[in-house]
Amino acid sequence: MHRISCPFCGARDEIEFHYRGDATVLRPAPGAEAEVFYDYVYTRDNPMGWHIEWWHHVSGCRQWIKVLRNTATHEIKAVSKAQDKIEKPR
Amino acid sequence: MTQPMRLSSGGRVDRTRRIEFRFDGQSFEGHPGDTLASALLANGVRLMGRSFKYHRPRGALTAGPEEPSALVELRLGARREPNTRATVAELFDGLEAKSQNRFPSLEFDIAAINSRLSRFLPAGFYYKTFMWPAAFWEKVYEPLIRRAAGLGRAAAEPDPDEYESMHAHCDVLVVGSGAAGLAAARAAAASGARVILAEQDFELGGGLLLDPAREAWRTEMVLTLAAMSDVKLLPRMTVVGFYEHNVLGAVERVGDHLAEPPPYKVRQRFWTIRAKQVVLATGATERLIAFPGNDKPGVMLASAAETYVRRFGVAPGSRAAFFVNNDWAYYAAFALKQAGIDVAAIVDVRAETAKAVAAHHLGIPLSLGCEIVDVQGGKSVRGVTVRKRDGSGVSSLECDLLCVSGGHDPAVHLASHTRAPLIWSRELAAFLPGKPVQAERSAGAARGVFGIAAAARDGAEAGAAAAEATGFKSAAGFALPAPDDAHHTSLEPFWEVRGPGMNGGKSFVDLQNDVTSADIRLAHQEGYEHVEHAKRYTTHTMATDQGKTGGIVGVAVLAAARGDSIEKVGLPTYRPYVTPVTWGAVAGREVGKHLVPTRRTPMHQWHLRRGGVFLETGLWLRPLYYTTTGETGWEPILREARAVRRAVGICDVSTLGKIDVQGPDAAVFLDRLYTNTFSTLPVGKARYGLMLREDGMVFDDGTTSRLGEQHYLMTTTTAKAAEVLEHMEYHAQVAWPELDAQFSTVTDQWVQMSVAGPRARDTLLNCVAGLDLSNSAFPFMAIGAGEVDGCPVRVFRVSFSGELAYEIATPAGYGERVWRAIIEAGAAFGILPYGLEALSLLRVEKGHVAGPELNGQTTARDLGMEKMLKKQGDYIGRVLAERPGLTDSRRPRLVGIRAVDPSFEKRLRGGAHLVASRDSIDSLGWVTSVTRSVELENWIGLAMLKRGPDDKGKRLYAAYPLKNETVEVEITSPHHIDPENARVRA
Amino acid sequence: MASGRYSAFRLLAEGLGGHRGWGRAWRDPAPKPAYDVVIIGGGGHGLASAYYLAKEHGIANVAVLERGAIGLGNTGRNTTIVRSNYLYPQNNRFYEKSLQLWEGLEQDLNFNVMMSQRGVLNLFHSDSQRDQYARRGNSMRLNGIDAELLDREQVRRLVPILDFDNARFPIYGGLLQKRGGTARHDAVAWGFARGADKYGVDIIQNCEVTSIRMTRGWVVGVETTRGYIAAKKIGIAVAGHTSHVASMAGLRLPVESHILQAFVSEGLKPLIDGVVTFGAGHFYMSQSDKGGLVFGGGLDGYNSYARRGNLPTVEHVWTEGVALIPALSRVRVLRQWAGVMDMTFDGSPLICKTPVEGLYLNGGWCYGGFKATPGSGWCFAHTIAKDAPHELNAAMTIERFRQGRTIDEKGAGPFPWLH
Repeated sequence: MHRISCPFCGARDEIEFHYRGDATVLRPAPGAEAEVFYDYVYTRDNPMGWHIEWWHHVSGCRQWIKVLRNTATHEIKAVSKAQDKIEKPR
Repeated sequence: MTQPMRLSSGGRVDRTRRIEFRFDGQSFEGHPGDTLASALLANGVRLMGRSFKYHRPRGALTAGPEEPSALVELRLGARREPNTRATVAELFDGLEAKSQNRFPSLEFDIAAINSRLSRFLPAGFYYKTFMWPAAFWEKVYEPLIRRAAGLGRAAAEPDPDEYESMHAHCDVLVVGSGAAGLAAARAAAASGARVILAEQDFELGGGLLLDPAREAWRTEMVLTLAAMSDVKLLPRMTVVGFYEHNVLGAVERVGDHLAEPPPYKVRQRFWTIRAKQVVLATGATERLIAFPGNDKPGVMLASAAETYVRRFGVAPGSRAAFFVNNDWAYYAAFALKQAGIDVAAIVDVRAETAKAVAAHHLGIPLSLGCEIVDVQGGKSVRGVTVRKRDGSGVSSLECDLLCVSGGHDPAVHLASHTRAPLIWSRELAAFLPGKPVQAERSAGAARGVFGIAAAARDGAEAGAAAAEATGFKSAAGFALPAPDDAHHTSLEPFWEVRGPGMNGGKSFVDLQNDVTSADIRLAHQEGYEHVEHAKRYTTHTMATDQGKTGGIVGVAVLAAARGDSIEKVGLPTYRPYVTPVTWGAVAGREVGKHLVPTRRTPMHQWHLRRGGVFLETGLWLRPLYYTTTGETGWEPILREARAVRRAVGICDVSTLGKIDVQGPDAAVFLDRLYTNTFSTLPVGKARYGLMLREDGMVFDDGTTSRLGEQHYLMTTTTAKAAEVLEHMEYHAQVAWPELDAQFSTVTDQWVQMSVAGPRARDTLLNCVAGLDLSNSAFPFMAIGAGEVDGCPVRVFRVSFSGELAYEIATPAGYGERVWRAIIEAGAAFGILPYGLEALSLLRVEKGHVAGPELNGQTTARDLGMEKMLKKQGDYIGRVLAERPGLTDSRRPRLVGIRAVDPSFEKRLRGGAHLVASRDSIDSLGWVTSVTRSVELENWIGLAMLKRGPDDKGKRLYAAYPLKNETVEVEITSPHHIDPENARVRA
Repeated sequence: MASGRYSAFRLLAEGLGGHRGWGRAWRDPAPKPAYDVVIIGGGGHGLASAYYLAKEHGIANVAVLERGAIGLGNTGRNTTIVRSNYLYPQNNRFYEKSLQLWEGLEQDLNFNVMMSQRGVLNLFHSDSQRDQYARRGNSMRLNGIDAELLDREQVRRLVPILDFDNARFPIYGGLLQKRGGTARHDAVAWGFARGADKYGVDIIQNCEVTSIRMTRGWVVGVETTRGYIAAKKIGIAVAGHTSHVASMAGLRLPVESHILQAFVSEGLKPLIDGVVTFGAGHFYMSQSDKGGLVFGGGLDGYNSYARRGNLPTVEHVWTEGVALIPALSRVRVLRQWAGVMDMTFDGSPLICKTPVEGLYLNGGWCYGGFKATPGSGWCFAHTIAKDAPHELNAAMTIERFRQGRTIDEKGAGPFPWLH
C-alpha cells in the first residue's frame, strides 16, 4: 500500500487519494489545435520507471498534488503542490 | 489407556487438565497446550488425512504451519473450516475434527485406487485426454473431476463469528519470537522505539520452546518485553504479506483456540501495520528428501519429531530411524533418545562426522554413507530399507517412525514479497535473503544464522540497527543466552535417492498435490523446463502449504534434469500469503448491510413511517414509492404521479449534489465548466446547465442559481455529485489556477424538496412567508428566500416533472419540519409524497433526460441539446466534441416512443432495441427509459435512435429477445406532454 | 523427439512403458537470420497469432520471440474467464468468434485446454441496472449470441449460496451466458505453442527484443538479445508492455499500464459451478476444477508495471466477496498475484495496422485478453497476412480515438483506470 506524503497533510494511506494519471500532460490553451487536445486526453508515455502523476487528496485536504513515483517499484521520490515543478530523475 | 504415546514427563502441556475432543466421531483426550496433531499422536492416531490426487494415507509431516498433509475439517455446521492444519490447531474442549477428501472413511478410501492407476495419471495427463467426444468434457469428465478434486468442504451457511480490522503504526516490527526475534524486539525497545512483536504460534519463543535449558532466558525476555509500555506482543498473529512502503498485513487469531469466540469478541482480526523498519526473524523450515515412500504416516521431519517430544511430551513413535544429510538433525535424535524413545538408526548420507561420533557415544546405531530406498507399511511405517549410497549392502530395519532432514530453508517469504533478491548459499544449500530493497532486515535462522546464541546475538544487532535507522540511539545491552554447543550447520546437499535397484515407489516432492520427482522429470522431458512451467505442469508447490517442505527439493530435481545449478533454475516467485488467510478476517465488519455506508436524508424517518419502499442508489436510500394499503405493482406509482399532474406532490430530492461556488471569477469558472453561459445569468435566477467531459461526451447536468454577483449554487445529479466536485477541483487547481473561484459541497448541509403540480403555488402560498410567489414576481426559473414555519428556506422555481413546480431548500436540521409544514399546507389540495418511481414517470413523460440517457456514451447533439453548446469561449469538451465520430449524423439521437397498442398489455421495457420489422436483427437504437403514462394512458419511453427525430411518426418495433417480446412503437418527440412548456410557466 | 498425438490410448500405452515416449511439446530452436513474420511476445495472443498464420494463411516461416518463457505474462496470471457478453457489436461479434474458436480448440489443437462452459452470470441490483444489462443481452441475442435474463428466483435456484436475505445491494436478477465459462490458462499457451510448432513456427524463448529496425518507414527486423533477426512483417503482442515495445517504433499510444490482482482460495469441494459477478462493486469468482475459488475485482488504480498488488484492493475485493456469498467468510485464501494490464482509453482492444508499414499491433486488452486469445490470434493473423483487418477487428484501431469512434462499453470515458 502506498503511503503518500501530502504536502498539506503529511503521510497518508493511498486509500485517501484518487488517482488521475500523467501530470505532465496539461490542458491546452483554448486556441490549441484539436490534435493537441487529442494528445492531452488520449496519448501517454506510460513509462516503466519514474512517472509524475496526479493524486487528489479526496479524503483529506481535497488538494490535487503531484507525485513522482516509480511504476516499476512503487517507490515515491517526491511530492509537490499542484503548481510546483517536479523533475524526473535522469 | 488414554494417550498411550504421551511421555511420562516433559513438554509444555498442562498435564493437570484434560481436554476432550473428537476426531472422525471418536473421542480422545489431550491437554491444554496441545495442538490437534500432538493430541492425536499422543493417542496413537497417525492417519490424519488423504492426499489430493492419489488419496494416499497421510499423517503429520511437520509440527507447524508448513504442514502439507494433516489437514482436517475443524468444527461443525456454520463454523466448519476446511483444510485446517492439525499441526497448528490449538486443542480446546469439545473440539470436533473430521478427516476430509475421503470416501467412505479415512481408513478405507475408495479413491485410493488412483494410487494403483497412477502410472496412467502422470503430471499433466489431463492435457492429453478427455478430449473425445467433445461434448463429454462438460457433461461427463469434468463433473467427475470436480467431485473428486477439492479438499475439504466449506460451510454452507453464513459465518456466525465476527471479525475486525486494526490499523497500527510502529517504529520496528519484529516478525517471529524465537531467540532472534525476542532479542531484536528487546534491543529495539530498549532504545525507545515503539515495537510490535508478531508471533504466529500461541506461545512466544520459537525454537526456545524446545530447550528446557533456555527457558529461564526466554521467560525473562518475554516478561521484560511485556512490561515495556511501547512494546506490543502479539502471539497467534501471522504476518502474511509485506507490501510497498513498509506496510504489512497480519492476521491475529483472537478466538480460534476457543470453541467459539466469547460474546462481543471477534474470531480474528486483520492488522494493517505501517512499520518504519521491519526485522524478519521468521526462522527456517526443515525440508524433506525425496525417496520412495517418503509420504507414509510415520514419516516426519526430524525437527517435528523433536517438537512433539520436547514441546508436547509426545512420542511420535516408539522406534525411530533417522534419514539425514546434516548435523542439525542429530539434536532431534538425541532428544528422542533422551526421552526414552528407541533410536534404531541414523542413516546419514555423509561419511563420518563429529556428530556421528557423538551419536555413537550415546549408543545410537549409525549407517553412514547410506540412504533409504524404501519404506514399508501402508497406513503406518513398519520399517525401512537401507543401503550404501553405491547401492550395496541392502538391509532392512524395523521402525515405526522415520525422521527425515534434508536441511533447512530460511523462511524468506516476507523478504521475497518486497522483491529483495534471493542469494544461493552453497554452505547451507539454501536461498538466503539478499540485499533489502525496503526498510527491512532478516535476523537469525531467517538469514542462515543458526543456533540459539548466534541467532540471539544476530537478532539483538538487527533490532538495534533497526531502531537506529528510525532515529533512536541504541541503549545498554541485556544478557544474551550463553553460547551453546554451537549448532553445526554442516550438511551435504542431498535431494533425492536415485539409482539402480529402486523398487519404483513414489518419491514425493509435494505431498499434498502428490507430485513426485518422476513427475518433475516428465515435465522436463516434455519441454516444461522453466521452473514456472514445471510448477504449473505438475502443480508442484501449488497446494495449501505452497511447497514449504518440498519446494526446493522439486527445484533440485528439475535442476538435475536440466543439468543446471539450483541457483540458475531459481525458485518460483513467493507471493502473499505466507500462510492462507481467512477471507472473513480481511472483510472485517463490512459485511451484510454494512458493506458500504448508508446515506439517509433528514426526512428518512418520515418516509419510513409513511410506508416508503426504498431503493439502494449508490450509498443513498431513496423512497421508490409510499404504500400503506397493500397496493401492488404500478398502483402506488400511478397514484403519486396523478397527484402531481392533477393537484400537487412533494418529493425528497435532497440527494442531488449541491455545490456552493463563490469568488470574483465564479462566473468565468462556471462558463468554462458548462457548455452554456452562466456569467449572463441575472442574480436571482436559475438556469439549466450541461457539462461535458473533455472527450466531448455529456458528463452531467443540473440547474445552477445565481445567489449574488459572485455567488452561485450548482446542483448535480445524485449519481455524479462526487465526480463533479473532483472534476471542478481538478480544473480549478490544475488547469485554471489563475481563477479566483472557491467552492464547496453543501449536499449534506441542505435538504431539498420538490413541490410540483398545478396546486404547487397554492400550497406554498399557504406556508411560505416573506416571498412574493405570484407568477409575475416569481416566474419560471426565479429564485428567492423566505421562511416556512419559522425556518429559513430558499425557493427555486424549477421543474423536472413538467408541472408548475418549486424546489424548497432548507438547512438540513429543519428538513422534516419544513417538509411537514408543506404537507400540511397542501393537505387541502390533496398533496401526496411521491417517490423515485413517480419522479421517473413524470420526467419520461416530460422528456427530461436522466441517468439512462446521460450514460457517458451520449453527446449533447445525441440528446438534442446542441443549442446548449455555446459558440464563443472555451469550455471543457468543446474541441473533442467536434471529432467526426461524435458529429456523425448516423449516431443515435434521442426520441420518444409510444406503444401503439394502448392496452398496457404489451409493455415496453428499458434495454429493448429498436428494429424495423418484427424479425429484423439490425439494431437501430435502444430504449433508455420507459414508463406507463398517466397522461397518455399508454406505455411510453425515451430511446436513442439512429435517424433520431427524422423518424418521428414512423412505426418501429421494440425488440426484447431476452423475453421473446416485440412491441410495435411509434416514434415521437421526447416531450410526450406539454412540448410548449406552458405548464411550468403557469 | 516430437510430442506426437495425444489421446487416452497413447496415455495408456505410455503408462505401461514408463512415459519414456513423450517428446517435447514444442521445439527449442535457435533463431534463424530471417523470417516472413516475427511476432514479438510469446503469450497466448502471440502464440495463437503464429498458429493461425500457419494454419489459416499458410505462413509458417514465423518466429515468436519471447523475453522469458512462454505464457508467463498475463496468459498465466488471469482468472481464466471466457465469454462473449458484450454490448457493442464491434466487441460482441469479435468475442463471439473467439468463443466459437474456444469451443473447438481441444480438437483443433489436440490439447485439452479444459474449456468448460459452465456459464457466466452477471448479477444486477436495481431496475435501471437490469435495463442496462438487458440492452447488452438483447444486443447479444440480435447478434446471434446466447443470453438469458434471470429473475431473482431463477438466480437463487442457480446459485443458492448468494446472499438473498441480508444484502446491502439486493440481487434483482442476472444476465446469464450459458456458453461462457472458464478454461485452463497455461494449457492455452502450451496448446497453441505445440500447435504452431507442429506447423514449423519457431518459438524462441529467452529472446528479448531490444529495438525495431526500420528503413524508410518500413520495418526490416528486430535487434534481440540473441542477435538481429530480419522480418518482412512484425506483429507486437505484448499486452501489459505495449507502450514500451511500440515506442521502439516511435509510436505513442492511448494506453496505460495498470495492475489487476487475482486470488485463489484453498481447494474446496464444489461450491459454485459457473462464474458469478457482483453488479454493485468489483468482484467476480469461479471455482477451478482443482477446487480453488478463483476471484478478482477492479484495478489497483494507478500506472504500474510492478506485478505487485496493494492491500486496499485486497480488502475491497474480499469484502465484496463476503457480501455476495457470506459462506466464504471461513474459507481461507491461499495466494494473490497481479498482472500488468494494457488499459486503453475506452476499455476496448487494439488489433490493427500501425502508421509504420509492416508493423502490426495487438494489445490494449484491458483485463479481457484471455477470452480473446483464439479470436485475437485469428484476427491478428488475418490482419498481418492480408495487410488489412478482418471485418471483425476493423473497428479496433488506434485511429478510433482521434476520430471519436471509441468503443466504450461502460461509458467511463478517457480514464483507463475506470474501465
